[in-house]
This record gives sequence, structure tokens and C-alpha cells, in this order.
Amino acid sequence: MFRDSSIIRWRAYKDRYMLEGYECSSCGKKYFESKGMCPCGSIEFNEIEFSGVGKIVSFTQIHSGPEAFSEQGKYCVAIIDLAEGARITAQIVDCKFEDLAIGTNVEAVFRKFYKSGEKGAIHYGTKFVPKF
Amino acid sequence: MNVGVLGIGITKFGERWDQGLRELLLDAQVKSIKDANIEAKDIDALYTGNMGGGALSGQLHIGAMATENLNINKPSSRVEGACASGSLALRAGILAIESGEADIVQVNGVEKMTDVSTEQVTTMLMGAGDEELEGFNGLTFPGLYALLANAYMSKYPKLTRDLLAEVSVKNHFHGARNDYCQFRKEINIDVVKNATMVADPLTLFDCSPITDGAASIILASEAKAKELGSKVSIIGSGMGTDSLSLARRNTLTAIPAGKIAADAAYASAGIKASEVNFAEVHDCFTIAEIMAVEALGFAKEGEGYKLYKNKDTYFDGKIPINTSGGLKACGHPVGATGVKQAVEATMQLRGEAKGRQVKDAEIGVTHNVGGSGASAAVHVFKRVK
Ligand SMILES: [Zn+2]
Repeated sequence: MFRDSSIIRWRAYKDRYMLEGYECSSCGKKYFESKGMCPCGSIEFNEIEFSGVGKIVSFTQIHSGPEAFSEQGKYCVAIIDLAEGARITAQIVDCKFEDLAIGTNVEAVFRKFYKSGEKGAIHYGTKFVPKF
Repeated sequence: MNVGVLGIGITKFGERWDQGLRELLLDAQVKSIKDANIEAKDIDALYTGNMGGGALSGQLHIGAMATENLNINKPSSRVEGACASGSLALRAGILAIESGEADIVQVNGVEKMTDVSTEQVTTMLMGAGDEELEGFNGLTFPGLYALLANAYMSKYPKLTRDLLAEVSVKNHFHGARNDYCQFRKEINIDVVKNATMVADPLTLFDCSPITDGAASIILASEAKAKELGSKVSIIGSGMGTDSLSLARRNTLTAIPAGKIAADAAYASAGIKASEVNFAEVHDCFTIAEIMAVEALGFAKEGEGYKLYKNKDTYFDGKIPINTSGGLKACGHPVGATGVKQAVEATMQLRGEAKGRQVKDAEIGVTHNVGGSGASAAVHVFKRVK
């Protein structure tokens, strides 16, 4: 499973740690996550950096999470449209679920995710906080 | 397309602590062979849908398990497409017959889920989404469908919380009338709304349960089916796919793969949605059934709620949906679900769905979705006149 792959591999994920993404060098479509073939047929992408500003497209509060997240209790997850045009999935933190809405403005923050494996390796990544 | 259904077999769905993966599979396999009135050695090929054997039981290679169970040495493979594994196995069986490679095929689906913790099952199921983009953020399966539900209900507020709950109420009503069903109990809207929240707005009663079970069906070529006197034919099959993650989809208010599959299945059967008498659809969550009836063309996008206002989807209504009890009440042993839908459609068309029989049913469809809509398959069943 991905979660338990080597730490060296995680560090190759620029989208996860630096909020960097990709722009199709042919048609300009922007992607948060690593590539695949663009609907235009291109497989050439330029790296771009996102500002970290976006809007909630949909959201929920998870009451009972997978094993790795059981320490977190309840938490909010949203699909977010970044200002530059890419769509991403991330947790929304430092807020009450009741205060969130579709359309709420959010901003990226770098946070701890969870520990995994016998040695308790800590996973980090990008979460978002609301900007009311 | 014309592939005969010679026989069906299904185990009781539920917490089957009395049987393991192998025994459940065997039980369904033996039942379908008996029902078809053939011998195991008559089977030319086998396809078995299963998702969690590796993660939950440490057992892969389910194809060989299926032939070992029957003491035969015929071609046999496991088919995996998350919760759509069963109908992808069915599709593989149909294609094997259509290609001329096989005359008689056994299609199975099996899942053993209740021997491990709920967290382990949650983690296994999340493998059907996008592990890197969604699983990493703590998303669960109910969470993915909650994201779809909130997007849908924000765009189409006429689907109220009460109407969404009606999906579950109706499926329990049918389930109470089906003896292979996991939860044979009627409920009301308040039970759904007041149940433990799983992922807002979905409560425990909006979600399909964790289930053990197996289902099996024997298919035959048109000529063989005629010779052996099959009463039901599969006349259409279609499949669609989409991105693993919701964030890469073009829409969050529909499951496009379901519509691609439905359109392809209707085209191969040469029928229109208006000719369908009943459907077994993938209600892994209540919102999924609303999106399913829209994908199948029983309502326009955003208007699925209308079918839940006046009991139109009950077995004696205009377009009965999920007479088996659906995934919600009948249970959702993931790899078996697609084959169970085929079993229920066959029972309806043979007039054997006691207590929930759709009157004069001639054409029924099954609609099975994998993940949050990354795979979908639709099949069209017809009564042989
Ligand atoms: Zn492009």
C-alpha cells in the first residue's frame, strides 16, 4: 500500500509537500496531481507553483476514519478549486464543520498527517484553513 | 446480444461466521449448477468477482479456488473492479461466450468481510478510490459519497434529506420480503435521519453494510440455452470508466461512468430506458441510488427525487428499484454484489421473487458501480417468451 512505501518516495511528491502542480505544455490545462495523459493528447507538462488560495466545491465531516486516522477523531475533508484552476482534495482544519459552506475561501497550510509503520514515521502534507 | 441464463445460486447474505471465503463460494457454485441442471464438467470457463480476498483473508488466486471447489481444470480467473467486480466478471463471462470460446460459463462473486475489524475493511475499500490523492487525506468511502451528496443537494435542493432517506426506507421494505437478505426489517425515515453520523450528511442508514456472501450464475450460448430451455436471456452489456479520484471528474453531481455504461448496454440490447420494467442498482449509499436512476434514464439529472415522492420505486410501483433490498438492506459483499443483482433480475423474470414480485416483468437491468464511480457496468435481462 502507498502509505507504507519508502520515505524517499514520498519526498518525490512535490504536489504533496510544496503545493506544486503541472500545466499541460500544449493546452495549458492545470493539474494538482502528477500527470497522466492530458485530454488534448499531450504528455508534456511544465511544473507550476500554486498560490495556495482556493474555494470549497464540496465538503464533508468524516466521523469514523480509516485505521491511520483513528487518532484524529472527526475531521473535515473538502474538494477545493485552486485559484489557478486545478482541483484538489484536502482536509480543512482550524474550524468548525458547521461554519463551512460550498464557496468558502480557503488557504493552504503545511501540517502533520499521521504516523505509520512500527517506527511511527510521520507523514506531512498540505491541509487548508478557511478565510472567512 | 443474446446469452442465456441457465441457473442461479446465492448464499444467505450477512455475518456468516459459519463459513469462510471458500465455503461461501462453493455454496453458491453448487446451487447454480443444480439450478441449471448441468454437471460441473459441462462448464467451459469460470470468472469470479472478488475485491478483498488479498487484503482481508490473505487469499488471492480466487480463480483457481473456484475450479478447485468443483474439482475441474477449466480456464478460470478472478476479476477485480472494486465494488463492480461481480458485474465485470459477468461481462467477462458474456464476452467469453460471445467470442465462441465457451458454450457454458459459470460467473461467481464472493466476499468475506466480517472476520476483520471495521477499520481494516474501511482501509481495504478505500483502495477503490485514489490512494494517493484521497486516501492520504483521510477520505473514506462514505466520505467520497458524502462529497457527492453535498454537491448534488446544493445544486438540486429539491432532493431533500427526507427524500434521500426514502431510498433506504424503500430498500429495507423490499429486504424484509427477501429471504437471502442481510437485514430483513422495515424502517422509517426517522431511523435513517437519527442514526449515527458517518460522514455528513450520510448516517449509518444511508450506508450499505459490511457483509459476507456469494452469488453464482450459469451462462450459456444462445444455441445451448435454447437446447437446455433457458427462461432468461442477457441481451445487453455496457461498461464505462472515469477517474479514480472525484477531484479529476468533470462533475460532482452525477456518476458519468454509469450513464456511459447504461447507454452502451441499451444500445447493445436495442432498447430504450422507457422499456425497462425494473432495475437492481448500486445503492452503496442513498445518494448513489438517486444518481443511478438518473444514469439509467428513469429521470433527468436533478429530478431523481420525483421517483421517491410517491413510492414509484416500490416493487408494485411504476419503476421498481432494488427489489432484493439493494446493497443497503440485502448487504454488500463487494465482489458478489454485481452477480447478486443478476440473480435477483433472473428471479424476477422467472416469476420467483415471492413477496416482492414485479408484475409481468419482461425487461430488467442491473447497474453496478466500482469505487466512487470510476467503473460502472450495466446489463439488460429479458424474459424468454
Ligand atoms: Zn493538454
